[in-house]
Amino acid sequence: MKVGVCIKSTPDADTRLKVAAGATGIETAGIKWVISDYEKGALEVGVSLKEKLGGECVLYSVGSGDTEKNLRDGLALGGDRAVMVDDAATKGTDALGIAKALAAAIKLDGLDIVLCGRQATDDENSQVPAMVAELLGWPHISFVGAFAIDGTDFVASRNMGGATEKVRGALPVVVTTEDTIATPRYVKLPEIMKAKSKKLEKKNLAALGLSAEAIAPAATFSAYSPPPSRPAGRKLAGDAAAQAKELVRLLREEAKVI
Amino acid sequence: MSGILVLAEHEGGKFRKGAYELLGKAKELAATLGTSVSAVVLGDAPCTELGAFGAAKVYQVEADFSQYNTLQIVRALHAAVQAADPDVLLISGNYIGKDAAPRLVARLGTGQGSDCTELRVEGGAVVGRRPMYAGKLLADVKISKRPAVFTLRPNSFPQPTPAAGGAEVVKIALAADASDGRVTLVERITSQVKTANLTEAERIVAGGRALKSLEGFDTVIRPLAASIGAAAGATRAASDAGYTSHDEQIGQTGKIVNPQLYIAAGISGAIQHLAGMRTSKVIVAINKDPDAPIFEFATYGIVGDLFEVCPLLQKEFEALAKAG
Ligand SMILES: Cc1cc2nc3c(=O)[nH]c(=O)nc-3n(C[C@H](O)[C@H](O)[C@H](O)COP(=O)(O)OP(=O)(O)OC[C@H]3O[C@@H](n4cnc5c(N)ncnc54)[C@H](O)[C@@H]3O)c2cc1C
Repeated sequence: MKVGVCIKSTPDADTRLKVAAGATGIETAGIKWVISDYEKGALEVGVSLKEKLGGECVLYSVGSGDTEKNLRDGLALGGDRAVMVDDAATKGTDALGIAKALAAAIKLDGLDIVLCGRQATDDENSQVPAMVAELLGWPHISFVGAFAIDGTDFVASRNMGGATEKVRGALPVVVTTEDTIATPRYVKLPEIMKAKSKKLEKKNLAALGLSAEAIAPAATFSAYSPPPSRPAGRKLAGDAAAQAKELVRLLREEAKVI
Repeated sequence: MSGILVLAEHEGGKFRKGAYELLGKAKELAATLGTSVSAVVLGDAPCTELGAFGAAKVYQVEADFSQYNTLQIVRALHAAVQAADPDVLLISGNYIGKDAAPRLVARLGTGQGSDCTELRVEGGAVVGRRPMYAGKLLADVKISKRPAVFTLRPNSFPQPTPAAGGAEVVKIALAADASDGRVTLVERITSQVKTANLTEAERIVAGGRALKSLEGFDTVIRPLAASIGAAAGATRAASDAGYTSHDEQIGQTGKIVNPQLYIAAGISGAIQHLAGMRTSKVIVAINKDPDAPIFEFATYGIVGDLFEVCPLLQKEFEALAKAG
C-alpha cells in the first residue's frame, strides 16, 4: 500500500496574529509553525496503514513557513520519505495552484491513498484535497472520522453535519480527515534521530512539469483585519445571588436580549 | 450570458432556508451589478416558486439525486454552469459547499472564496469577506476568473420576503455515468438532534468540561436553557466526555452559531470553541477562574461556581417568565 499524506505548515493555533503592512497577509516574524492540527490525524492514519499493510508512507508539502522542519517532524512521526515542492512561484498562488503542484508530485509516485486534513488551521479553505482528487481523476471523501482498507476497497465514514455516512469504493482515493480520526503518537527521541537521515526531496515547478503561469492564482486575498472589536465587557460584583439578579437586569434593560 | 447563479438546495422537494438566503443576497448583488439571477436545482422540486425570490431562470438538472454522490453532483453543477455561463456562482458553505464545490472549481479552472460571511460589489465585481485563522482575522477574497465561486457560511444573510413572479424552468438531462458508481453508500445514520435548533437559535446556553458528567449537564445546563427558551450547546471537551452528543458541539469542528445571547458556563474559551461563537451579540461567561480567556470576549462575566450560579440564574429567568 502506498499512502501519501499532504501536510501544511500553519501558525500554532494559539498564536496572537498581527496583520502585515499592506494588509495582504500576516506578520510572520516570530511565529511558531507547526503541522496543521487536522493533518496530525491524517498522518497517524497514514503511518498506521503502512505499518499494518506494508508499503510506504510519503509526505508532501508545498513550501510555506517552516515546511522543511515540519516535514522532518512528520518523518519522526513515522513517514518514510518526504517530497517538498520548493519554488518561489508557489508563494501567492491559490488553492488550485497548490493542488496542481501536489497532484503533479503525487502522480510521479503512483499512490493508492492520499490523506489530507479537512481544513488548514490558517486559511480554512477546505479546497485543496478535492481539487487534488479532481486533477488525479480519483474520487474523494470529505470529513472522514473513520477509515479502513478492505481488500482492494476502502471503507470510510464521513461526517456530513446532521448525518454520518459509511461509504465504500475501490482504491485509489483522496480522503480528508477529522482531527478525531486518530490520536497522534508521541515522537520518540530515536525516531527524531532517524528522521534526520530519511529522504527529503525538494522539487521545483519545472521538475513537476509546471510553471509559474500554470499556477497563477484566480483567488487573491487582501484587506486583512482583526474582527470588529467587542465592546469592553465587565465582571459583575456581589455574591452569587446578587450577580444572578444583576445579570438578568442587564440582559433585559441594557442588552435587551431577553 | 452572465449573471449570478445560485445553487438552491432542497430536501425531498422542500427548499432549504439556505436556498432563500442565497437568493436574497444574489438579488441584492444583481441589482447593483445590473444583471440577473438564476438558480440551479438538483432533482425534483417546485422550481417555478423560486421566481418569487428573484430567480428569472431555474436550471433543473434531471437525475436521481436521492443519495449524496459527490461525483454526480459535480457533473450536474458543471452542466448547469455550462448552460447558464454565469459570472458568479453561489453555494451554501455546508457539506456540499465544502465537498463538491472545490472539485467543481478545479474542473472549471477558476477560483473559490470559502465560507464568506459578507458579499459586496466593488469595481463591477463581487468581493467576498470571510473569517480565517479561527476567526482571529478577516480578509477580502477576489476571484479573477469566471465564474467566481463563493461558498457562504450558513445564516450569514437574512431570509428574503417573496414577491410576485414565477421563473422560467430550463431542464437539463443528466445521463448516468460510470463514475457515479465509484463510491457507494453502505449505511446512513441520521442525527437525533435537529441541527437547525442550534445553528438558528437566538439564545444558547452552553456547558463545558466543568459540568463533570451527563447528569451535571442534564440537571444544570438543559433546565437553564429551557428557562429562557434557549438551545443547549457544548464544548468539544464536554461532548468528547459524553455529557452531550457531538451534534451539540460548537466550534471549529462543530456548529457555527450566531445567537443574540450566548451563555457559556464552565467553558475556558479555547480558540477552537471561540471560532464557533465569537460573533454572538451578547456573551455571558460563568467561570470560577477570573483569568479564563472567555472573559476577554464576554459582555458580562460572573466569576463563580457554575453549580451555584446557574440554578440561581434559572430561578431569576423563571420568575421573569412568570411576571410576563
Ligand atoms: C483541531 C482541534 C479542533 C477543535 N475543535 C473544537 C470545537 O469545535 N469546539 C470546542 O469546543 N473545542 C474544540 N477543540 C478543543 C479545544 O481546544 C478545547 O480543548 C475545548 O474547547 C475546551 O473545552 P472546555 O472549555 O469545556 O474545557 P476546559 O478548557 O477544560 O475548561 C473548563 C473551564 O471550566 C472552568 N470551571 C471548572 N469548574 C468550574 C465550576 N465549578 N464553575 C465554573 N467554572 C468552572 C475552568 O476554570 C475552565 O476555564 C478543538 C481542538 C483541536 C486541537
